[in-house]
Amino acid sequence: MTAETDHGLGPSSPPSTTVLSLRGVSHSFGAVRALVDVDLDVHPREVVAVVGDNGAGKSTLVGVMAGTIVPDAGELVVDGQELGLTSPGLARQLGIATVFQDLALCDDLDVVENLYLGQELRRGGVLDEVAMEREAWRVMSRLGARVPSVRAPVATLSGGQRQTVAIARALLGVPRVLVLDEPTAALGVTQTAEVLTTIERVRDSGHGVVLVSHNMADVQAVADRVVVLRRGRLNGDFDAERASYEDIIAAITGVSPPRRRRAPGEDA
Amino acid sequence: MSGTSLDLSWRHGGAPWGRWRGEPGPWPVIGALVVLSLVFQAINGNFLSADNLVNLTLQSASLGIITLGVVLVLLVGQIDLSVGAVSGLAAAVVAVGFVQQGWPLWVAVLAAVLLGAGIGGVYGLLTTRLGLPSFVVTLAGLLVAVGMQVRVLGSTGSVNLPYESWLVRFAQQTFLHPVASYAVVALVLGTYVGSRLLERRRRVEAELSAASLATVAGRAAVLAVVLLVPTWYLNTDRGVGAMVALFVGLVAVADLLLRRTAWGRSVRAVGSNVDSARRAGIAVRRVYVTCFMACTALAALGGVLSAGRLAAANQGTGGSDLNLTAIAAAVIGGTSLFGGRGSAWSAVLGVLVIQAISSGLTLLNVDSSVRYVVTGVVLALAVTIDAVSRRRSEAGGGTRR
Repeated sequence: MTAETDHGLGPSSPPSTTVLSLRGVSHSFGAVRALVDVDLDVHPREVVAVVGDNGAGKSTLVGVMAGTIVPDAGELVVDGQELGLTSPGLARQLGIATVFQDLALCDDLDVVENLYLGQELRRGGVLDEVAMEREAWRVMSRLGARVPSVRAPVATLSGGQRQTVAIARALLGVPRVLVLDEPTAALGVTQTAEVLTTIERVRDSGHGVVLVSHNMADVQAVADRVVVLRRGRLNGDFDAERASYEDIIAAITGVSPPRRRRAPGEDA
Repeated sequence: MSGTSLDLSWRHGGAPWGRWRGEPGPWPVIGALVVLSLVFQAINGNFLSADNLVNLTLQSASLGIITLGVVLVLLVGQIDLSVGAVSGLAAAVVAVGFVQQGWPLWVAVLAAVLLGAGIGGVYGLLTTRLGLPSFVVTLAGLLVAVGMQVRVLGSTGSVNLPYESWLVRFAQQTFLHPVASYAVVALVLGTYVGSRLLERRRRVEAELSAASLATVAGRAAVLAVVLLVPTWYLNTDRGVGAMVALFVGLVAVADLLLRRTAWGRSVRAVGSNVDSARRAGIAVRRVYVTCFMACTALAALGGVLSAGRLAAANQGTGGSDLNLTAIAAAVIGGTSLFGGRGSAWSAVLGVLVIQAISSGLTLLNVDSSVRYVVTGVVLALAVTIDAVSRRRSEAGGGTRR
């Protein structure tokens, strides 16, 4: 694991060891340049935190990885193959599972229906409810979720339970990369701890995790590597264990000499 | 296997009724139907006679088929204001094609239904590709369809269908033989019990909560009563109309598609939250287009059947308040105007309420103005129940949108 995090100091790591790479991704909304020439590598057994101020391009980056935003330029590299990601369905097929900030659940559907939405199990042309329900219980209990019933509509669940449903859905298809967009923003202390534990569990089972957040406490708790976005550009790539809080904040805000007269030694 | 989890597990497969705590399900509609029947029966003893109920079911069939299409469109959170006009156009195409152009009748019927599906395809493309609101697109479609209907019918404005044609005989005089009707009921009951037992066994094998055998038996008994009593009562008069059987059959098929297939699930997902559905990888455009096409195709079929029932197509077919009646029936039956919630069976319940009001007030020799007012009040009540239960379930779930 520590061997993996050593890649974090430079973008020169060979693509064969990454589960997902972004190469030269740029995207504009009208005159606003949301992403400018962004590279990102995600390795197995690694939590990459993407941090940045509001409007830094974090959500656009999530959209690009999830397939909901088709970037103006750049491509994804999966298994050494360059791909254009054109739809959420394709992203999921490639094993990129995203937990959106708003969770992207359908309130009127129950837990099982939400978990398998768009990838239902079938048996002789009709939905195989029994298999889906059995698997739903398994996944939910693996995540330590306490839901009254997997047949309860998600509108009746609490915020933390809904978060778990969204994460469980992302983990269903054995993803290679799990992308989480502000997973703890709406959660209380206990639920946040639960989600962070879940992230570590996912990492330890061999997945790559991209954690998009502006909660530095969460980032320092679970990240192996911290990538900073500032005004749509990469503005730093830190080893989470060695980089200081001040270094990262400096990269986020763009104040070039960090305030506590600390030399930016590890910054590339 | 507590009571609550048992209850929820029974309802898996997307049965939309009664899944929400505090949601009334179909009971308000059924209650309204009972109250209406008792009131009309008290005032005029003929209302619940087998003869009148046979008429009532026959009158319900074509409107019901149109309503079923409206239910599908409402489920994805859209609306189609042109179903009446499309049904009128389809009636005109059948009459003119068969009588004036000399097409074989089945060709004329097929052409009318395909034309209907094509119109829905255009709606679907305009709403999904150009992002136009379905409200406006279908309003424009209404005007175009009315214009085409007048043009197709030509200068006379009315075309009669010969009484001996199979369409007219099917719509007016064909009833299921009593033996056949009971055989169908037995088949449905057998399939129901068989599939429930099979499913119960799979659930037990998978160590999931499963309904007890007593529950299965109880549900089957309720279904038997619901099917057998009306069948028996209608059979004491002319019987179950072929058109009525077609209507109920279409509703049953739509219900199975909605609850047991991936397409049906995507319909409810799109109606519930279209952004979430898209990000889950659902081909949202295809779902919209199929629902619009199914709606207008069913509207066209309803128009063809009403032409058969009246043995004529004229400029008034599908006109006046039919659009609004079909939408009202869908909402009264319990399909949410806000999308995502509803059932194919709401077409049956809603149409029965509308037709009960209409038939009862006709028996009382009341002016049609009263019928409009009563139907309007019932519709307002149905929308109120829909809105209140939606707000309550949102408040109960503590979720934001």
